[in-house]
Amino acid sequence: MAYSDKVLDHYENPRNVGSLDKNDPQVGTGMVGAPACGDVMKLMIKVNDNGIIEDAKFKTYGCGSAIASSSLVTEWLKGRTIEEAYAIKNSEIAEELALPPVKIHCSVLAEDAIKAAVADIKAKQAAKVAA
Amino acid sequence: MQSTPINYFKLFAIAEQFELDVASLESNFRKTQSANHPDRFVSAPASEKLVAMQLATLANEAYSVLKSPAKRAKYMLEQHGIDAIADTNTAMPAEFLMQQMEWRERIEDAKMARSITELDEIASELKLETNSLINKLHELLDIKKDLASATAVTRKLIFIDKVCADIDQVIEQLDD
Repeated sequence: MAYSDKVLDHYENPRNVGSLDKNDPQVGTGMVGAPACGDVMKLMIKVNDNGIIEDAKFKTYGCGSAIASSSLVTEWLKGRTIEEAYAIKNSEIAEELALPPVKIHCSVLAEDAIKAAVADIKAKQAAKVAA
Repeated sequence: MQSTPINYFKLFAIAEQFELDVASLESNFRKTQSANHPDRFVSAPASEKLVAMQLATLANEAYSVLKSPAKRAKYMLEQHGIDAIADTNTAMPAEFLMQQMEWRERIEDAKMARSITELDEIASELKLETNSLINKLHELLDIKKDLASATAVTRKLIFIDKVCADIDQVIEQLDD
């Protein structure tokens, strides 16, 4: 499999690997998996009171393209609002990393991880309002 | 041959069910392979050689699918028009994914610590999980015919298979 330079760069120097405190009310967690390849991805975002993503961390067990996709989105997420984050499309990720068709599912995984993390933080915020 | 795909179970004359008749599969697979062995077709016309080769290839593929519980379940679901591993479906039960992460992290730690004991321990936990999923698939596919639940279990089994393959690889690396 010939990886693009951008994939290799993220794969060899992944940005923002790690975890945030999952019990922090400002932290949303998204966990997704791709049965096609058995990849698992965890994305955590820290959102401030203005709805801006201050920090993002990921942990991905999978192929180079899955790692690069999640590394790339953690860079993109910082400074964006959760609405902007939610609007990120897998096609943008695939295009940026020049993913071949067989690896498109890795970018789908990253998009779904963002959506899951945003849904989690929204659920936390709603629970806080209700409390 | 391409136009009408041959059912893998029928190819080996075994019942189309998840609970596998291993003895019949093995013996019929060997018969097919020997009947289509290239040695038998040395002086045969090219068209016969080609057919024999295609049948041998098909039998290999069918055998490898039926032998693996995860691939067998996925194949049975495909016969019902269900794609268990569709790209668009990345939602898995949260606790299952947590467990996956945990196994992955433990494998990573054990690899760093070069602990074959810990890797063997994780492998035996995975084996237990595999067996329990296989029992569930037998119940769901053969008895209850609950394809939706069977799809969810098949997806889990594919993940577990992948972790098992990765553990084997790590153990092999450490053994070297």
